[in-house]
Amino acid sequence: MERPAWAPRSIDISVPSVSRIYDFYLGGSHNFEVDREAARKALEFMPGLPKIMQANRAFMRRAVRFAAGEGITQFLDIGSGIPTFGNVHEVAQAVRPGARVVYVDHDPVAVAHSQAVLEDNADADVVNADLLKPREILSSPQVERLIDVNRPVALLLVAILHFVEDADDPYGAVAELRDALAPGSLIVLTHASYEGIPLPAERAGGAVDVYKDIRNPLIMRSRDEIARFFEGYDMVEPGLVPMPRWRPETAPEDEDPYAFSGFAGVGRTA
Amino acid sequence: MAEPDGPEDRLRRFATIWSRAVFPVTSTSSTRPEFEGQLLPLARRLSEALRARAFDQEEAKAVGAALVGAHCTDPEALSRTLDCVDAYLVLYCGHDGDPEHLRARSARLQHAMAAGFAQALRERTLAEQEAIAQAALKAQGVVAQALHASEARFRAVFEGAAIGIGIADLDGNVLQVNGALTRMFGLTDQKLRSRNAKEWTHPDDAPQTWRLYEELVRGQREHYHVEKAFYRPDGTVLWTNLTVSLLRDADGAPRYQLALMEDTTERRLLNLRLRYEATHDALTGLPNRSFFFERLEKALSAGPGQRFGLCYLDLDGFKTVNDSLGHAAGDRLLVEVADRLQACATAPGEMVARLGGDEFVALTTGPDTAHEVDELAGRIMNALLAPISIDGRELTVRGSIGIVEGPAGERSPAEVLRSADITMYRAKSAGGNRFELADPEADARVITRHGLTTALPAALERGEFFIEYQPLVRLGDGTVRGAEALVRWLHPQHGVLGPDRFIPLAEHTGLIVPLGRWVLEQSVRQAREWRERHGGADAAGPLRINVNLSPCQLNHPGLVQDTVDILERAGVAPDALCLEVTESALIGADDDLLKPLRRLAEMGVDIALDDFGTGYSNLANLRRLPVSVLKLDRSFTQSMQQFPADPVDLKIVEGIVSLAHSLDLAVTVEGVETGAQAEQLRILGCDTAQGWYYARPGPPDRLHELALVDASG
Repeated sequence: MERPAWAPRSIDISVPSVSRIYDFYLGGSHNFEVDREAARKALEFMPGLPKIMQANRAFMRRAVRFAAGEGITQFLDIGSGIPTFGNVHEVAQAVRPGARVVYVDHDPVAVAHSQAVLEDNADADVVNADLLKPREILSSPQVERLIDVNRPVALLLVAILHFVEDADDPYGAVAELRDALAPGSLIVLTHASYEGIPLPAERAGGAVDVYKDIRNPLIMRSRDEIARFFEGYDMVEPGLVPMPRWRPETAPEDEDPYAFSGFAGVGRTA
Repeated sequence: MAEPDGPEDRLRRFATIWSRAVFPVTSTSSTRPEFEGQLLPLARRLSEALRARAFDQEEAKAVGAALVGAHCTDPEALSRTLDCVDAYLVLYCGHDGDPEHLRARSARLQHAMAAGFAQALRERTLAEQEAIAQAALKAQGVVAQALHASEARFRAVFEGAAIGIGIADLDGNVLQVNGALTRMFGLTDQKLRSRNAKEWTHPDDAPQTWRLYEELVRGQREHYHVEKAFYRPDGTVLWTNLTVSLLRDADGAPRYQLALMEDTTERRLLNLRLRYEATHDALTGLPNRSFFFERLEKALSAGPGQRFGLCYLDLDGFKTVNDSLGHAAGDRLLVEVADRLQACATAPGEMVARLGGDEFVALTTGPDTAHEVDELAGRIMNALLAPISIDGRELTVRGSIGIVEGPAGERSPAEVLRSADITMYRAKSAGGNRFELADPEADARVITRHGLTTALPAALERGEFFIEYQPLVRLGDGTVRGAEALVRWLHPQHGVLGPDRFIPLAEHTGLIVPLGRWVLEQSVRQAREWRERHGGADAAGPLRINVNLSPCQLNHPGLVQDTVDILERAGVAPDALCLEVTESALIGADDDLLKPLRRLAEMGVDIALDDFGTGYSNLANLRRLPVSVLKLDRSFTQSMQQFPADPVDLKIVEGIVSLAHSLDLAVTVEGVETGAQAEQLRILGCDTAQGWYYARPGPPDRLHELALVDASG
């Protein structure tokens, strides 16, 4: 029998979760043995994976500070996962006290964890929703409470779009979000790619296969394909670049070679 | 700004070295300079603990724990930290202390730092494990709650549904039923659940019903849909629209069957009632025409070896009953006849139906109908024997039956019924109160007759008729006096047809009037042509034309005017025309009927009495008829073909001729086939003759030739 739409899927913690694997790479313990087992398998192919995650976090931190510096006080972080440390609300609220942050994830465990973390933060909340259903996100009580869509919003899509297959139309979802946001809004985006990985593609492919095995396939896209997500945005300098090269605060040459895997960019709507 | 190489500067240099060593193995999202900023206070605490008078283990432990707080959770971070402290702490922060003592203190600090780091990491790990476990539990709680709500909704749907729902395992054990289902069956939930689905058989189950069931429980079919009847405990029948679906578990293995039932009992009854009304005659309650056709069609499409027998009954004289006693009485008579007929056909495969009016049919089917249909017809005739009492009158009812019997698969229902109808009419025209068996030849005749009748009007339009002429010869000198016009039909399928084949049909449909007019026109025109060729100077007088007039034409009010018009248009004198009227057409004719003939005769048109001697010849009547010629029927001349001729016949002909002449009538004889005949008739005093001896009917030119021969001879 078909599961009705309003009945949530069950929680099966015997299945690895990308959020908890991510946490493991970042040295966290918000994970279970199944997650660590999958993570260790991927590490066999790409020992530098944690450096990519770290570069993502560092980029996000710079981008959030940039946005806050541009006067933006509302942040919508889709695919937030399990906030171990250095999360958007920590960075944003440090720069701009009272900045409002809504996290979105479709992993119920990640959502439950975020709720616990954000319990005492009146200006931040989390929504259990899917990137592919922008309407559900935008009409959620949390977004309606914290975010005024008539003022610019920083939309964060950090390390999430590479988990959406073309068949599910990620471009359409991104465009729908873009259209819903006020002019002057920013999109903050990172995406995995074979470009920039300091390994032969076959080896990196081994790590990609691990994600396929845990039913969360990792879609590696080319720079051009990633650039298409910015349709309708003006690229903020320096454009779509490897993460360490986006407005670096220290010399990019000092970064780990793995940090240059994939692309990051920020766009602004007219 | 710190004094170069002063204590503060040296402390900072230590922190820089430390951050550079550890930063690559941290997970922090901070930059290295920021990270160094985090390490600087820790370095200061270490520096002070190194030189403190008393060793404070807690201070070093706190520094180790602080590392974990700065997200240096990788054990490698501790290892590098200790390396760094071991190599540089005394060097940069020892100042002027006793190196031996400082080294020992540094070693103890490192031990304490390691312990502090380990403890903090352990606590953080446990806390995070606890947090994620709590989150998982909470998420599961949310899901469980949602599932509970979902199940509650499902239960509400299940219980509240107007449709009957039941779930059984694959062995047929009923596990769950809803309220609608218990109400449909009139059974309690418990009673329903104690039953096995396989017990729910009913004699009306379609043949495939249980095959579909078996396929479903074996997992070979996902669902099926049937109309199915069930017994209720009170013995009544529940009719349902039943849909059964197979439910599989998460691995796709068949587990349960789900039945959805809609109670269609009422609808079915209504349908049956509507069907009954659509297929039965309201007056008699017998099956009606459409129902009968359905059954006949079925009987005719039955398999090899199957036969059918059909009795088509029409009451004799029913119209009289209706006309004299009224329709109500007629209806009661029909009801009584219907009841009696129904009692005649009670065997399986037999049926009686009313086609309409007083027409009924009885059908018998099976392998032995040749015998059965005769018996059936006999029973029907017997059933009609006893008089029917209507309004105190004893009415005798008789009927005519046409029987068709034969093998299935050869004829269509319409063909069979037509044959039965034709046969019934044969029985009726043979006097009624009898049955006749269908005869293919008789059918064919009627069918051809029917075909010709319907083709007649178009045939006239298309010019399919033509005229042949048979010469009339003067017996006295053998000269050609004229000719009789004989119409022919060149039928596209049947070839040339003589007037006997179609004139009665044309009479019947009234087409004879235009056809007769056409014949008259053609013939008169022909007569003029002959006259133009021969002129009027011939000693024998002009060639005359004889045209037959049918009884119907005789009654037609336009006869005189039409004839006058035609003669005038052709410029032919009336005395060139002779109209032949049969004797039977004039029997009992009153003055009104004779008036047109009299008018024509006065104008100079000859009137011949055709086929004289075949009807009831009232010789006295001859006087008042406007007739100038008697045409003696061929039956009188037939006997003269032999030699010597029958003396009685001779006497009769002689008498007629004598009588005719005394009434100033000329005598023409038909059917002259031999010279001896001709001679005999001449001696008897006949005036003119026609027959094969002279010429068969032929095209107009033949007559022209004959006339020429005659003239030259």
